[in-house]
Amino acid sequence: MTVDWKPSASIAALRRRAEIINHIRGFFAERDVLEVDTPSLSAAAVSDPHLFPFSTDYVPEGGGTAQRLYLHTSPEYPMKRLLAAGSGAIWQLCKVYRNGEVGGRHNPEFSMLEWYRPGFDHHRLMDEVDALVGLVLGSNPARRVSYAAIFAEHTGLDIHSCTDQQLQALASERCGFSGELLRDGWLNLLFSHCVEPKLLEPTMVYAFPASQAALARIVVNDDRVESAARFELFVAGMELANGYFELTDAQEQARRFAADQLQRRALGYPELPLDQPLLAALQSGLPECAGVALGVDRLVMLALGASRIDQVIAFDLARA
Amino acid sequence: MANYSTNEFKPGLKVMLDGDPCSILENEYVKPGKGQAFNRVKVRNLKNGRVNERTFKSGDSLEGADVMDREMEYLYADGEFWHFMATDGSFEQVGADEKAVSDCLNWMKEQVIYQVTLFNGAPIAVSPPNFVELEVVETDPGVRGDTSGGGTKPAKLVTGAVVKVPLFINTGDVLKVDTRSAEYVGRA
Repeated sequence: MTVDWKPSASIAALRRRAEIINHIRGFFAERDVLEVDTPSLSAAAVSDPHLFPFSTDYVPEGGGTAQRLYLHTSPEYPMKRLLAAGSGAIWQLCKVYRNGEVGGRHNPEFSMLEWYRPGFDHHRLMDEVDALVGLVLGSNPARRVSYAAIFAEHTGLDIHSCTDQQLQALASERCGFSGELLRDGWLNLLFSHCVEPKLLEPTMVYAFPASQAALARIVVNDDRVESAARFELFVAGMELANGYFELTDAQEQARRFAADQLQRRALGYPELPLDQPLLAALQSGLPECAGVALGVDRLVMLALGASRIDQVIAFDLARA
Repeated sequence: MANYSTNEFKPGLKVMLDGDPCSILENEYVKPGKGQAFNRVKVRNLKNGRVNERTFKSGDSLEGADVMDREMEYLYADGEFWHFMATDGSFEQVGADEKAVSDCLNWMKEQVIYQVTLFNGAPIAVSPPNFVELEVVETDPGVRGDTSGGGTKPAKLVTGAVVKVPLFINTGDVLKVDTRSAEYVGRA
């Protein structure tokens, strides 16, 4: 039997990848953003019901009580603790880990670029994301469009007035899906199947449904419609970045944690310990800021014209 | 049969979908950074050959389908069934109905080996080899000496299939035909 020891990416691709990472480093150095390094192992886990962290145990050498630890799915919580401690603008490039995610655009460990800008709102941060992505891809600034507008453009449905039955009927017709989902499930299904693949030119989608705020604050527009101050960047039909005008309200954050726990329970997923230090940091005061996470492997895929993530990382899960 | 979860859907896996056996062609994992994961799956219905796209929640499962492809020699037709015999030395025979052989009727020839798809032991589809040799039963008289190509004319084969052939072909000639494109390849 021959052992497949060779990398999944070509050496040429890895060389380009290293160049891109140098560009990223230069970009933040020029803008005087501080590079930080937060732990991959955390006593608490992410609250998002659809993310599954890897877990491991710290075992004291020579015996003692073991401690359950979780590999981070993003460095968001500790970076916010640094912001609350007065770090100012910070960025980080790190490996993050998400169990169960393998596909053409997914590997369970991948490289994430995450940065936070005190004093920015999400629109100003979108400008900076444009600048960074433009630097690497040579692309033009992204088209900016609200979630409701782009959803209507590609599905004909108004997310504010359509019924769950209409969403379900369209999912059956356009995606061949039969089954039960909650409202956000229908929206996610239709967005990922009918909208995302059409977003070939760089597109920033902002003003997400308030129910999909995650860690973004909720804002009210002139028509008194609530939306999440959240944006996502799509290029070549692929999700590349996700950013927020960050929620700073500790009580609201605690409510969202509790809601996530309830949803986990309803879905039959194990409940995981919540990040109390994040809540304490928010209570002490998180500066008004915007933050964004960008998938570096996907950025490299776009720069190289690669169709699969394993073509831009040295060893994918199958070769790990 | 065992159940297969979306993460086990690999090209070639046979599963039951809406009561019909299907073959998985592609399986794409779709997951937004925030939100539920889905699998977008392309399947071929093995009864009618149609290709469909379906989406499942990741982790949903389908029952496996008892489907296998066998090499079998075509023996004869009795007016209702087309009879095939296994080539593995078992001499096992099956009778395929018109629905199962419908895509293949133009290319049926006794003693030729076909791929027969069996579902729960019964034939549901028959695929011809890439090339078969069939006799011309009807065509305009051949033009002598014209072997250079250029013009073509229709020729009716013993199975009823009509293919375009060069002008020099005569009734009674045996032709090699590509079953994938229904094109004349040469004289056998």
